[in-house]
Amino acid sequence: MAWTRKILRVDLTNGTCKVEPLNMAWAQQYLGQRGLATKYFVSEVDPKVDPLSPANKMIMTTGPLTGTPASTGGRYSVVTKGALTGAIACSNSGGYFGAELKFAGWDMIIFEGRSPKPVYLWLENDKAELRDAGHLWGKTVWQTEEIIKKTHQDPQIRISSIGRAGENGVLYACIVNDLHRAAGRSGVGTVMGSKNLKAVAVRGTLGNAGIKDPKAFMAAAAAGKKVLADNAVTGQGLPTYGTQVLMNVINEMGALPTRNHRDVQFEEARKISAEAMHEKRPTDGKSQLVTNAACFGCTIACGRISKIDETHFSVVNKPEYWGASGGLEYEAAWALGAANGVGDLEALQFANMICNEDGMDPISFGATVGAAMELYELGIIKKEAIGMDAPFGSAKALCDLAMMTAKGEGFGKELGLGSARMCAKYGKPELSMSVKKQEFPAYDARGIQGMGLTYATSNRGACHLRSYTVASEVFGIPVKTDPLVTDGKADLVKAFQDATAVFDSAGICVFTSFAWTLADVQPQIAAACEGDWTLEKLNEVGERIWNMERQFNLAAGFTAKDDDLPPRLKMEPAKVGPAKGLVNGIDKMRPEYYKTRGWDEQGVPTGDTLSRLGL
Amino acid sequence: MKVTFKLFAMLQDYLPAEAKKDNALVLELAEGTTILQVIERFALPLKSCHLVLVDGHFVPPAERAARALKEGETLAIWPPIAGG
Repeated sequence: MAWTRKILRVDLTNGTCKVEPLNMAWAQQYLGQRGLATKYFVSEVDPKVDPLSPANKMIMTTGPLTGTPASTGGRYSVVTKGALTGAIACSNSGGYFGAELKFAGWDMIIFEGRSPKPVYLWLENDKAELRDAGHLWGKTVWQTEEIIKKTHQDPQIRISSIGRAGENGVLYACIVNDLHRAAGRSGVGTVMGSKNLKAVAVRGTLGNAGIKDPKAFMAAAAAGKKVLADNAVTGQGLPTYGTQVLMNVINEMGALPTRNHRDVQFEEARKISAEAMHEKRPTDGKSQLVTNAACFGCTIACGRISKIDETHFSVVNKPEYWGASGGLEYEAAWALGAANGVGDLEALQFANMICNEDGMDPISFGATVGAAMELYELGIIKKEAIGMDAPFGSAKALCDLAMMTAKGEGFGKELGLGSARMCAKYGKPELSMSVKKQEFPAYDARGIQGMGLTYATSNRGACHLRSYTVASEVFGIPVKTDPLVTDGKADLVKAFQDATAVFDSAGICVFTSFAWTLADVQPQIAAACEGDWTLEKLNEVGERIWNMERQFNLAAGFTAKDDDLPPRLKMEPAKVGPAKGLVNGIDKMRPEYYKTRGWDEQGVPTGDTLSRLGL
Repeated sequence: MKVTFKLFAMLQDYLPAEAKKDNALVLELAEGTTILQVIERFALPLKSCHLVLVDGHFVPPAERAARALKEGETLAIWPPIAGG
């Protein structure tokens, strides 16, 4: 269905659940999911709230296309003030949880307060109740899913939960659904843990209704699927090789951040790439990759399902890790691998499984390990403090530190702070490769200039999914631009940011944008949703969402100084590759971007801009 | 002259078996050999040669017939791909 027009408000402090009607006037202005939930959030929460206090709220939200036959229409998001960043957070996940939430009849769930004891929310269509989770506290995500399904005697229940990382205050804890899909970034799982909320379990059997024009919608959805199937990227490249196909591309371009961004090419990139995942191992004659996988309603199926080498040191005598499991995706493989110089594909899969099992963002975890390894090599953090040797390239250290961080043991507690806080603690804040305390993803901003502006201005801290200019600067989607120049990047970033906000608010996956433009999405929204959803209106909705998020961050205390990159990317030129000799031109792009946005020189939206957008 | 030639993703099937492990092999080419001539020599479908990089720099389709390779360069080719 499009909107169910129904919200569940859960007061965790008092243990109550209340049904509210969806604000349909807001739905017309913010569409759904990211946009609409953020509108609720900024309307109800003090921007200066401590993210881990009961006064912070957390919203699980679907989009109008979630649960519909639109391709990839299975997305849901978690909106809150991020524990890692202190900025607006919106983390998006696939899998099957989002569609199930919709089938149970809910547009969103607003969680407020803090439960006096661990609980989980059980939703069965209209029925909503908080249940004791004392027996689940201390369990992993994987154990939690199994126990809840057994408790309710229904294997078709869909569950989003935190693992031990979220319980232990790892600041980049995520919320995992369907075992290995995650609302991954900014520490949304940490916020959930602070509320003593272990899981949300949902069973929805109300099905799909409420589409404005079912016949037109099915035609629009089918047309969209044909575009995806006919496109070489979404029809062939992504299903066959997944996102991991990027490892060799980005390395060849000299834009693969390596050893905490000291280098821009990793000599062992080939060993941790998609091509390597397809190869048969000498130990057992099997490839790591077992199959690809799709989230609800997805006709791309980029997901990877893999089996680790049972003889690898990380899993000897640990048969619980020998089964098929999620990963590796590109971002995780980069963060766990190149970012800390580890070229052991099996070690990366093990660390990735730990991240899934206990709910940690592998990007922030891996990048924080990279920072710790640099501090170790500089002699600033000693072996005794870490509990082991931890030079760049140590697969053993990576695997051990993953387990220690998830469990909150030893040096893992410091890694759980994220790189910004950890590096500041050791007197080297400049070695954190982050913006707004969130670690960079897998593209070096010296070799792909637009990504520097993307990171610096992302409302949720450094992130590739807020404006994936890689599509244009590397792959030529929708048009090829030069990755080594700053000219035109302000306009490019704004266009990607606004369009992505619409994709994220519709209930579909942003990966469709490799084949779809908003012109392909618009007919689906227009047929599904009440109102006049023109292309112009969608573009305006995207811009409105971006500026709303910006306003929240400014009120939270962020300034133009926070729209910046670490000195390494501004002062240490790339040593090799096409970007050799280049640093990122953020200081040139930032003022151009502010102007393009209709913001003043301090990055504050002008009165005219706010008025134009109805903010 | 020697040029390193790399093929990735679905295009790696066009490499000799012994080169697949590294996705690369070293070619001995006559001076002046162009990118397009290498593509034709390996019978690569032109529509699959989407991302063509020489030493990491993108070479647009219109320049591939004229762009002569030089000693020591690396030519790397991918079919249409993306990720995130």
